[in-house]
Amino acid sequence: MEAHPDLTRGVVQGLGWLYLVMFAMNFVWTVRSFRRDGEFESLLGFKHLPKAFVWAIYTGTLMIFAAVHLTLRTSDASAFVLKLPEWFKLSVDWLIADPVKYFAASIVLFVLMLVLRRWWTKPTPAWILLNLSLLFLGFSMTDYDFRQIVGKPDNVPIVGMLFLTGFFTWLYFRQAVENDDRAAAGRPVKEKELSQQVLVWPDLVYTELVCMVLLTALLVVWGVALQAPLEEPGSSVKTPNPSKAPWYFLGLQEMLVYYDPWMAGVVLPLIIIAGLMAIPYIDFNQKGNGYYCYNDRKFAVVTFLFGFLPLWVAMIILGTFIRGPNWNMFGVYEYWDVHKLEVLNNVNLSDWFWLDIMDRSLPKPDATASLLAQTGTILTREWLGIVLTLAYLIVLPPLMAVTVFRNYYVRMGFVRYIVLANLLLFMAALPLKMVLRWVFHLKYIVAIPEWFFNI
Amino acid sequence: MSVGEYIRESQIWKSVFRHPAPYDRRNRAVVMLTNFFLHLHPVSVQQGGIGLSYTWCMGGVTFFLFLVETLTGVLLMFYYRPTLEWAFTDIRALRDVTTLGIMREIHRWGAHAMVITVWLHMYRVFLTGSYKPPREFNWVIGVLLLVLTLLLSFTGYLLPWDQLAIWAITVGSNMARAHPVLGHEGPGFQLLNIGGYDIITNASDARFLLLGARNVGEETLNRFYILHCVAIPLVVSLLIAIHFWRVRKDGGISQPL
Repeated sequence: MEAHPDLTRGVVQGLGWLYLVMFAMNFVWTVRSFRRDGEFESLLGFKHLPKAFVWAIYTGTLMIFAAVHLTLRTSDASAFVLKLPEWFKLSVDWLIADPVKYFAASIVLFVLMLVLRRWWTKPTPAWILLNLSLLFLGFSMTDYDFRQIVGKPDNVPIVGMLFLTGFFTWLYFRQAVENDDRAAAGRPVKEKELSQQVLVWPDLVYTELVCMVLLTALLVVWGVALQAPLEEPGSSVKTPNPSKAPWYFLGLQEMLVYYDPWMAGVVLPLIIIAGLMAIPYIDFNQKGNGYYCYNDRKFAVVTFLFGFLPLWVAMIILGTFIRGPNWNMFGVYEYWDVHKLEVLNNVNLSDWFWLDIMDRSLPKPDATASLLAQTGTILTREWLGIVLTLAYLIVLPPLMAVTVFRNYYVRMGFVRYIVLANLLLFMAALPLKMVLRWVFHLKYIVAIPEWFFNI
Repeated sequence: MSVGEYIRESQIWKSVFRHPAPYDRRNRAVVMLTNFFLHLHPVSVQQGGIGLSYTWCMGGVTFFLFLVETLTGVLLMFYYRPTLEWAFTDIRALRDVTTLGIMREIHRWGAHAMVITVWLHMYRVFLTGSYKPPREFNWVIGVLLLVLTLLLSFTGYLLPWDQLAIWAITVGSNMARAHPVLGHEGPGFQLLNIGGYDIITNASDARFLLLGARNVGEETLNRFYILHCVAIPLVVSLLIAIHFWRVRKDGGISQPL
């Protein structure tokens, strides 16, 4: 038997159970569809075919899948034919194992999510998306490398988080779209209709009790099914490659690719925390308090979703599943080769200015000169980057105040506006530096290694 | 008289529960007011405020997970010794031989789940605009609780003392080395000096404060153990109390005005 089999008996059995669950789910869905979805006028020459017919075929296929997987008797699982095709693996890896394409794809998805919110919050499209993601997960499990990274015990919660985040984002948009429609028609929001008082005992305490029982059961089942990870005893001389922070900090670790530790590890996290705390004080919009909506507070919602989905969740996925040895990017179906080479020849802004534009060497501080003279030389060397950075933080806020944020500035007042503008600029600093890196191979805008001050 | 009635009519029962069983409307209100655990809640709420599609139940789930972590954590503390000699072996024994070693699994998965649910709770509170007046300050406390949840998880990550643990903490705590002014590789650390001698070195900077040593070692294990089991849980408990108290004082679960 080969050392890294794509399929083993255990995997095939596990997939069988997955397809059985999907079969049960879709069986219920087919019944629902038969009752509600109506029929096709005409399909393939048949008149008045119920729409549930399509679901029935799909559900039947799932049942066959489950049966085939669960009744596998042959000892050699690698002879099993239901595998992910090679071209699919290659195209997925092509898309995600590259920072530019990965980030671009996450932005495209984000925009689609906003623009198509009326479509994908309907039950049928949402159900199709759920099925597609489950099929993707199931079929991907037939790949050895995918299982290695996604099946790691500590990574399992992240898969759970993805489905939960997707579900709750769906739930938000569904209720927001409904309330937006109600507002447009001049009707009160849905939450307002349920405004009569009910007693906490039994209405709330029983919900809480059921939640507690279910959660306890879930944790026990999870604990029995999946062993907590325990690797070799800790050794300060054997550095693992890659060395990763706990999964919830991998978004921050990803920023280290673009910023030095003092920015990515200290300043930006502190700004994230301070910025979150500042939200109630800079959001002057009084609408949207206590109910779901989108239209009433577009700017706030889009900004928050942008921070949470592409800049936090997507970065965690990138850091967990895609960053491999030497912090290189690997496709989810790709072998983690420690010898994979990626050429990095990034240049500083000051290199570009002095070497390429001025055609001379960089000013070099004279170690024997006075401290003041050395500082002067360093500042001269980096003047362009310093000016640009200061302009970004000092010139842009007033400029935005008289242009795009004119309305906001008038309604927020000076202090609130400055806080908002700076938080937005810091939030934009990450994607901005990414783009600069990809397009111009820019390493540092301001590079003063003498002071550990690189931006 | 049935057995149940006999018990409920006894002096002992009546001394424990200060109210009759919540069978009728009046006593369902009284039970909320006279029971220590239940008086966290109001007597009545708006129906829309407790629907699952509105609240997602994520704040309550997070709190429940905190209780689960406390319970399983206390049980684990009876077994685990935070020293270089024993830390790893104790955890391995929990996995291989100890009765109820599953407490460690529940503790770890509960911790991951708690990080996720606290995010989702914040997500829901943002999307319903519930941080808006009069609830601004409770949102700030919530952000602090979010940060402390992450720190709880981070400090606990070291305790198994395996490769996963010490390197995750090494990578994470290396950031403190780059803290502006206070880290010995951070911008401006040279500003703090006496007569040309740096005050901030690798034996006195922010990272040293966090680790208790120049590298992740026995001092770090002790420090993280105390932070994880005592210091942070105390602060979190206090903030949770304030958080819940403010939910009540600020008008209960948010609803359309």
